[in-house]
Amino acid sequence: MAEIDQATTSQIVAQYGAKPELLVQILRTIVTRYGWIPETTVRQLAEELNLSRADVHGVVHYYHDFRTEEPGRHIVKICQAEACQAMGSRKLTDYARKILTVDLNETGNDVTLEPVYCLGNCACSPAVMIDGKTYGRVDEARLDVLLDNMREAG
Amino acid sequence: MARTKIYVPRETAAVSVGADEVALAIAQEAKKSGTDIELIRNGSWGASWLEPLVEVEVDGTRIAYGNVAAADVASMFAADFVGGGKHERRIGPIMEIPYLMDQDRWTFWRCGLVDPLSIEDFQAHSGFKALKQAFTDGPDAVIEAVADSGLRGRGGAGFPTGIKWRTVADTDADQKYVACNADEGDSGTFSDRILMEGDPFGLIESMAIAGFAVGASVGYIYLRSEYPLAHSILARAIESARDAGWLGTNIDDSGFDFDIELHLGAGSYVCGEETAMLESLEGKKGIVRYKPPLPAHEGLFGKPTVINNVVTLASVPNIINLGGERYAGMGVNRSKGSLAFQLAGNIKRGGLVEKSFGITVRELIEDWGGGTASGRPVRAVQVGGPLGAYLTAEQLDTPLDYEAFIEIGAMIGHGGIVVFDDTVNMAQQARFAMEFCAIESCGKCTPCRIGSTRGVEVIDRMIAGEKREDNYDLLVELCDTMEDASLCAMGGMTPYPVRSVLKYFAEDFASSEDLE
Repeated sequence: MAEIDQATTSQIVAQYGAKPELLVQILRTIVTRYGWIPETTVRQLAEELNLSRADVHGVVHYYHDFRTEEPGRHIVKICQAEACQAMGSRKLTDYARKILTVDLNETGNDVTLEPVYCLGNCACSPAVMIDGKTYGRVDEARLDVLLDNMREAG
Repeated sequence: MARTKIYVPRETAAVSVGADEVALAIAQEAKKSGTDIELIRNGSWGASWLEPLVEVEVDGTRIAYGNVAAADVASMFAADFVGGGKHERRIGPIMEIPYLMDQDRWTFWRCGLVDPLSIEDFQAHSGFKALKQAFTDGPDAVIEAVADSGLRGRGGAGFPTGIKWRTVADTDADQKYVACNADEGDSGTFSDRILMEGDPFGLIESMAIAGFAVGASVGYIYLRSEYPLAHSILARAIESARDAGWLGTNIDDSGFDFDIELHLGAGSYVCGEETAMLESLEGKKGIVRYKPPLPAHEGLFGKPTVINNVVTLASVPNIINLGGERYAGMGVNRSKGSLAFQLAGNIKRGGLVEKSFGITVRELIEDWGGGTASGRPVRAVQVGGPLGAYLTAEQLDTPLDYEAFIEIGAMIGHGGIVVFDDTVNMAQQARFAMEFCAIESCGKCTPCRIGSTRGVEVIDRMIAGEKREDNYDLLVELCDTMEDASLCAMGGMTPYPVRSVLKYFAEDFASSEDLE
């Protein structure tokens, strides 16, 4: 994923009326589009929203979704919460780590593998989210197919 | 000839197992065969185990086909699917499926039935009727009906909704807010999501009623980021409601102004705690506030705020349409009305079951759920999310009643029921409870922030068989401290699942050395 440029950051801030109380929504928009929040963006947001850098830094580091490192081209999240545990998500996670050759919260071969604590798809466990789309009833064979499709999509 | 209506859910569970591909295949097959169809993307009925659950309307009856894959569509068309023909996927009329037939659908009755994005369909199914009635009756009568119904907060805390609304209504302020908590973070729960995806206008109407009752002109929905489909459906519904004049100024010529802002969370579990949610809505870190002041007095931006869960709010229109007494007539003891229970985890027929309080966990798991998906015996059932106790197979006859659950050291919470079979290692589940608290703690209070990390360490030592008895005592003491001294339910209730494991599943802590 690319790094957000200064002009785009300003545009997003303006879209939210430069209101500091919308900081979480501004960061949300940036991370949805670019995948992460670079340190230079933290500085720029602090300046444009009239907040201290510590304030913005604090918010960015508080929320799990606000990555501060560039993710891979693809983001694979595997649910680690109880309903999915009951259907073998621990084993599925081990399998994903093995075939993707990355650990949780790491990036390698264009893929970032992350834990997620509940996708709300608990009647179709185990659940996985790939590039923003939720999949249910995922066993090892289905994960293979989903990952192949992901690679094919680019 | 009229066009044949075909329903394929656009709902996360259905889409997660191929509903979009099925819808596409149906559209293509209909075109190929020159069949005139109207494809409606409805919400889910909640029978998630049957998803993708496709329906075709034949002579006014909706015929269901379950677990349909895109690859089935051609053979279905060949078997006169459009006429409700026989096929191995055919189940029969949707309303004759026992799983759905035997429910008490008070809050979720429109889910599955209507086109979630059609405001006309919503209005054809009593939509905005309760809001109009509220305008006629006045705010006091609305609050009275809600109080009479005995409705309690469905997010987990179970606080009486009528009292909350009355408090906000009685607090003078130049601005008040309605904040809808849609940060459904508990594992095993998805009822908020099914409602938002299946009946978004129902939530919009409910929030407008709450705003009218308490004197608030602005509502916020705080939606978790893990629900992208609910987000797009809600955003579109809010836009349509605005266009149709059901949000904005002078709604339906009542003189009442109300609008809704849709905000997204960012992956923090603790933001489901109401004061952390307010902080997050204000653009800050989701750190829990001290209470008092209560949010009803000083909430969002310091203004009186009524905070309700999605399901709580969505229960209100029918309380107005059908009367509070009727709702109060359902349920048992102080647990009035119905709750949308969610069957999840290792269960054969997972999904949403709205039933009156008083039903037992066993009835839900066996009669609706059909037992475990693996076919193995049930060993443990976690009710109420990650902060809820694990019940043993013997405890499953406990009726679902807030107070009955408190008596056995458990909680109903948001109604999630997660089933585990006998392959589960309960020591690992206790460890996970502490680990999850360590990951998600907001960090404001010490018992939660530090206690959870120490909890993981102590449990690891127990699992390793190190000074098991000393560590057992230490863990009990740690649980006491967290329960008594934490600021909110995160640290205060993490001990619930841990204690239940210590009490009923202690044998799982035995290490191989101990067994020798």
